[in-house]
Amino acid sequence: MNARTLDPAQHLIEKEPYYEAVGDEIQLFEAAYRQQIPVLLKGPTGCGKTRFMEHMAWRLKRPLITVSCHDDLTASDLVGRYLVKGGETVWVDGPLTRAVRCGGICYLDEIVEARKDTMVVIHPLADDRRTLPMEKLGQIVEAPPEFCLAISYNPGYQSVLKDLKQSTRQRFVALEFDYPSAALERRIVASESGVSEAIADNLVRFAQMTRNLKGSGLEEGASTRLLVHAGKLIADGVSPVTACKSAVAQAVTDDADMLKAIQELSSSIF
Amino acid sequence: MAQLPHSAADMEKSLHVWLDTEFTFFKVEELAAELTALARDEQDFILDWIRRIASTHITLAWQFGRRAPALLPRMERRLLEAWAVHTCDVFDRTGLQNALRVMEQVDSFDEAKHRNDAAGALFEDIAPVLGNFVCGLSGRRLRIEEGDAAWTDGERIVLPPLIAALPDLDDNFQLAKITVALLWAQTRFGSLRIDHAAIAADYDDPERALTRLYALETLRLTARIARELPGLHRQMLRLRTQLDPALPATWQQIQARLATPDATLDDSLAMLGTAYDEPDCPQWSDQGCLRPDAIAAARAARLDKEKARLRIKLAELLDEHKASQTGAKSEPEAPPDLDVAPRDENGRLDFEITLDGAPLAPPDDVRQLLTSVYLDFGEIPPEYLTPAGDGEYDPNLVFDQPEDPDAVWQGTYHEKGAELYPEWDHGRQHYRKNWCVMREKPVTPAYDDFYRDTLGKHAGVVRQLRKKFEALRDENRLDKRQTQGDEIDLDALIEALADSRDGREMSDRLFVRMHRAERNIAVVFLVDMSGSTKGWINEAEREALVLLCEALELLGDRYAIYGFSGTTRKRCELFRIKTFDDRFDDEVKARISGIRPQEYTRMGFALRHMTKLLNQVEAKTRVLVTLSDGRPDDYFDVYRGVYGIEDTRMALLEASRTGVHPFCITLDREARDYLPHMYGAARYIILDDVRQLPLKVTDIYRRITT
Repeated sequence: MNARTLDPAQHLIEKEPYYEAVGDEIQLFEAAYRQQIPVLLKGPTGCGKTRFMEHMAWRLKRPLITVSCHDDLTASDLVGRYLVKGGETVWVDGPLTRAVRCGGICYLDEIVEARKDTMVVIHPLADDRRTLPMEKLGQIVEAPPEFCLAISYNPGYQSVLKDLKQSTRQRFVALEFDYPSAALERRIVASESGVSEAIADNLVRFAQMTRNLKGSGLEEGASTRLLVHAGKLIADGVSPVTACKSAVAQAVTDDADMLKAIQELSSSIF
Repeated sequence: MAQLPHSAADMEKSLHVWLDTEFTFFKVEELAAELTALARDEQDFILDWIRRIASTHITLAWQFGRRAPALLPRMERRLLEAWAVHTCDVFDRTGLQNALRVMEQVDSFDEAKHRNDAAGALFEDIAPVLGNFVCGLSGRRLRIEEGDAAWTDGERIVLPPLIAALPDLDDNFQLAKITVALLWAQTRFGSLRIDHAAIAADYDDPERALTRLYALETLRLTARIARELPGLHRQMLRLRTQLDPALPATWQQIQARLATPDATLDDSLAMLGTAYDEPDCPQWSDQGCLRPDAIAAARAARLDKEKARLRIKLAELLDEHKASQTGAKSEPEAPPDLDVAPRDENGRLDFEITLDGAPLAPPDDVRQLLTSVYLDFGEIPPEYLTPAGDGEYDPNLVFDQPEDPDAVWQGTYHEKGAELYPEWDHGRQHYRKNWCVMREKPVTPAYDDFYRDTLGKHAGVVRQLRKKFEALRDENRLDKRQTQGDEIDLDALIEALADSRDGREMSDRLFVRMHRAERNIAVVFLVDMSGSTKGWINEAEREALVLLCEALELLGDRYAIYGFSGTTRKRCELFRIKTFDDRFDDEVKARISGIRPQEYTRMGFALRHMTKLLNQVEAKTRVLVTLSDGRPDDYFDVYRGVYGIEDTRMALLEASRTGVHPFCITLDREARDYLPHMYGAARYIILDDVRQLPLKVTDIYRRITT
């Protein structure tokens, strides 16, 4: 068995990633892409932001370079750095530079988690200059028209400290994502996991219950992704209550009382 | 080897002391004689509880002692304990008479009826789980409370202290859960929309009519639950076959008619006549009971208030909407065409608001109000949708206003608007629930020259402090010779290349890396404002705060300052000097200057409240620094002495358990022996000289946060 090694800058997504449009987000994204405006995706975790990006990359037939931002991510992690190779220093492009060079889509996931200096790097890329200054090389890379910058951010759980600055957010076209409507979510769960409509319906109903708990002990309700996980387990023969426990309840909380309560909710449905 | 039982004489000696027989004349000899018949661990169990209850009230302890030996063979210890604690709680809340009544009720424990108590679900254990459970179900947010039986008034669900109908603990929990679900369904599916008293009044025997109606509704809601919560319904059927007789034939017909998906309360009412004439009426062990008075009272209080709230909120919503439509012409003549369409699907209640045909996203509070109104009427009545005009309602009457903390004292003695905190009763070895009545109050600012004078007085120190704290500021710096980093460390690289030419191993530490400062500390200073700080100490405290603020402003740590004082548990007061959100401005300076000695030193509630506040702040490190002048004390109260020390100790333990670092600075020069025990969980320091305080506090803070 050999795992495939792919160069994200060259790789195009071959198969259409499954995505159900909630509203007009696909048209909006395409318009923004044509007009060369960067895009900001807002929404709770697991509601399909990343899947949407994959889908759009497939649709626009551009390579997608995704960077999951963390609190140690610096500007040079994005732009590039010198490395030492056999006694010489060699410049290595970071993912953002690679995306600019190949005219791909660069998707910075959970941008607010990154260090503040990274924002400064994306600013010139995110306005009409569309350039990436590379201080250490003394160069400026101009982005081709195919290049697209997208960032995501979850306004819900991050702290005030990590809020997105106005100077950053006002450069983007914002697309808001939320959990899909019940009917749509049912369809997504059923087609992604392969469970019957009836089970998908119960899973969605269960998710709704956990979302009711948001704010009274839960930071976030069960996401569509978790439902798909639970659905896949059920389709593989796991009993629904066990699947909900492992794929959903344990994933959203560690609190014993809350775990038990979510357990009771799922056993009430199935 | 089992220990030998206590002798009667030994036990008498202890009982005399605990029960204060010199004054109370309880006949401890009889009790001791009765106890001699028991095994040692049984004796210990009962004696321990007599001692613990005696610290609350001697008569209760005596009553417990007289009853416990007879109860022990037929009641689990877990339950006896729960009973003892419940009695003490009742005593705390409503006094001796009611507590004695609870004591007596245990005598009416009929063994047959209570044979499952050992496996019973205790309210305390199940309430947190079921509270979350019912919150997850859709509709109005219902609270779970403890009471005499299972019932609901549409805003809360009341459960008895113990549910023990079955021999298995898990089954009893399931029974409690089913009861909660049925009571929730009453609110959710409209059982409470009618005036029960008026309907019952049409019948010769109103009581009989209400029982029949309740049974009809239980049937209807059961069918509803079968559709909404099939898993729960399965459990329900299983438990009902164990506990309840089968449904009589005539009722089965009624059941079939109420099981249709579109059956509503009206169908139940339509069948009430038939059901009334039935000779018998089914009852289920999971159905709880109907309290028409409570339902009517809650509804009456709710309706007008929510109508007003909704109309005000809608007016606000429209204003906001208008404000966002800049450029559009304002046309105040035509009233806005507001429409709300409820959607009730998949166990979710949602509302679509349309304004002149365009959808409007309702904020969360509006959605909750709409939910509540919808549950009361089954629709949103049109008059609820006219946005309130200016001044139509007095917001003071409609919204819960923060109580003026002083106003409650001009009148009857009550706890309205206060936050309640538990207190550790070391005698009872249990918390006294909702014991401290806590209110936050502002400090009256004193705009004087205190701040400036203090800075002048300590000018030298201030300069020194600035230097020290500036050094402390964790600046960004370049770390050299790292294995990973943003840039190449040329010095290291040249060295490494030379090494490799030389035939030695080449180092891989070739990078420089930016170390970024991330000091992420939130700190609360809790200052003793008791009467004993009058004079020197008060002044030193205020000076210390001024210097502290200077230093903290340099560091950029988030900080809050509160003072505490109080008289008895009913009047625990916290004085806001600076909240986390306040900036260090002239008002805060004036408030520091305005700190005046108040009354007594009750510390537990203050520590608990501060812990709660700290835990709401996002920070890596949370520090709670207390500044006090000695042992806890309160007016004519048990708080003086061991009780207060133990409560303070417990509050500090609770704080450190939640991840807060407590640190105590105390000025007590005498009686230091209790300090290590009291500050068990916290680090502390004793200052001998009050005059040191202003200089020391800042220095201490520097030490504990680096």
